[in-house]
Amino acid sequence: MFKQIAVVSGKGGTGKTTVTAALTHLFKNNIPVDCDVDASNLFLLFNPKTEKQYDYYGGKKAYIDINKCSSCGLCAEICRFDAVNINSGEYSVDSYSCEGCGYCVIRCPEKAIELSESRSGEYYISYKEGRFIHGELEPGEETSGGLIAAIRKKAIESADKTDYIIIDGSPGIGCPATSSITGVSYVLIVSEPTLSGFHDLIRIMETTEQFRRKYSVVINKYDINTEITEKIEKYCSDKNIKITGKIPFDKTVMKAVQESNSIINYNSPASEAIKKLYKNITEEIK
Amino acid sequence: MKLVVLSGKGGVGKTLVSVNLTNVLSEFGKIVHLDCDVEEPNSNIFLKRKIDFTENVDIQIPYADSSKCTKCGLCSENCQFGAISVFKTGTVVFESLCHGCGVCSYICPEKAIKEKSKTIGNISFGEKDNIIFGEGVLKIGEPSGVKVIRKLKNKYPDSDIIITDAPPGASCSVVETLKGADYALVITESTPFGLHDMKAVLEIALKMNIKTGVVINRYDENYKETENYLRAENIEIISKIPFIKEIAEIYSVGGLISSKKEYRKIFLEIAEKTGVLKCLNK
Repeated sequence: MFKQIAVVSGKGGTGKTTVTAALTHLFKNNIPVDCDVDASNLFLLFNPKTEKQYDYYGGKKAYIDINKCSSCGLCAEICRFDAVNINSGEYSVDSYSCEGCGYCVIRCPEKAIELSESRSGEYYISYKEGRFIHGELEPGEETSGGLIAAIRKKAIESADKTDYIIIDGSPGIGCPATSSITGVSYVLIVSEPTLSGFHDLIRIMETTEQFRRKYSVVINKYDINTEITEKIEKYCSDKNIKITGKIPFDKTVMKAVQESNSIINYNSPASEAIKKLYKNITEEIK
Repeated sequence: MKLVVLSGKGGVGKTLVSVNLTNVLSEFGKIVHLDCDVEEPNSNIFLKRKIDFTENVDIQIPYADSSKCTKCGLCSENCQFGAISVFKTGTVVFESLCHGCGVCSYICPEKAIKEKSKTIGNISFGEKDNIIFGEGVLKIGEPSGVKVIRKLKNKYPDSDIIITDAPPGASCSVVETLKGADYALVITESTPFGLHDMKAVLEIALKMNIKTGVVINRYDENYKETENYLRAENIEIISKIPFIKEIAEIYSVGGLISSKKEYRKIFLEIAEKTGVLKCLNK
């Protein structure tokens, strides 16, 4: 049976994708899964060849038939998502705000409103040395959690002879982040020693605990502020949470990203630290 | 003028630009600064405003009165989110799936479904020295911050100058933040990641008919792709901020880099080129 490892961060830009990419090079026999559907950067690093594409229909949206609409305004009044617009007397649904609940459909006295399926993204199985799975949300759509669930299901279906599924999660603490960690065997939180990084780390730790996942923390660029690094270490040790790695600031990381390559393929301090991190995680998930 | 600072990719300098822009603008007049990154709000680490008042953000969610429920199942049939189910033992609401739309309580023929308030987050405000600061915070475990953002924005709908720090990404909460904006200031960095994620937010701003400009942070002159793309798309580059270790150091401890003369001019230039300074001087 395979294990699922999710890499998340709370704050964006802490090095989540760099760490994920490196781990997929170090763990044998894994499927990398890019769940950051707003910003699918792991895919850019891998640049695999697409084998199969699937459309994702995340939900429904309401549409008003203006030929039937009597402009009574009831829909705008009752909608709890402020999704009905009035433009020079004409009513229409703002599809960005509509959550597809159908309340207006039920209430419209003229039966002028319908719900219809809306395509809100796509997901792919690609290939490069092994399988790679990722998705892209249509800009502005709301159902990223559902798309992430669809991507992870596809990964599990493809994982019959796989030992690990390694997930590059979404930033934040909302539904994209929690959809990335729900049900996984292990969560790795990537943090950085800045005041905002520390603040965001505390929120993602609480979120991970609410989902009752086993997890540890890695401090990236730990040497840019050793004082905050010590604070993070103390905070984690008070809560009995392991720091499984400390990665130094290393310009080679930026170079690797610009060359669309993994940091593991360079001889550098960050690369060495990530190899240590990998060893520690394998101990943790035994 | 309402200017929203956004980025697509996280960690490229969205908060750095928004708080320092607000700081410089506040020398000239009153600024409302809203932190709409409600999942991870960080602006006040830098602006350091004492919070004067806080309001809860509530949604209405249903519960079934078992003494009236006849288990007819109409609620569950009409719920688009699978958030209410009728079992032998009674009708159960799954709060984490519920959008609080009001369909089930309306459709129930027995009036057995009532609603109660559930707090999903809060908004808070503090004012000092020309800056009215407001931030939204989503409660841990809540799926979506859209309603928190909406309530935060409705507090000061008609202020002259509003600088807003948007959430990262390119989904619904970014759209909610951008609604009604006059200018979308997009921050990116000189990497393929920054370029890719910038394209998604530029597409949203374009669809919403909002004027855009781009700041390239941690600018690296050897990476030409971002500039080539922006030139081809005819999008203005407002500023290029080089990678300077001191900026990262000041940022890491919650400092404002615009308090230093050499960095203040970066944000003064952004204020001029985006038109927000002119608007303030009116």
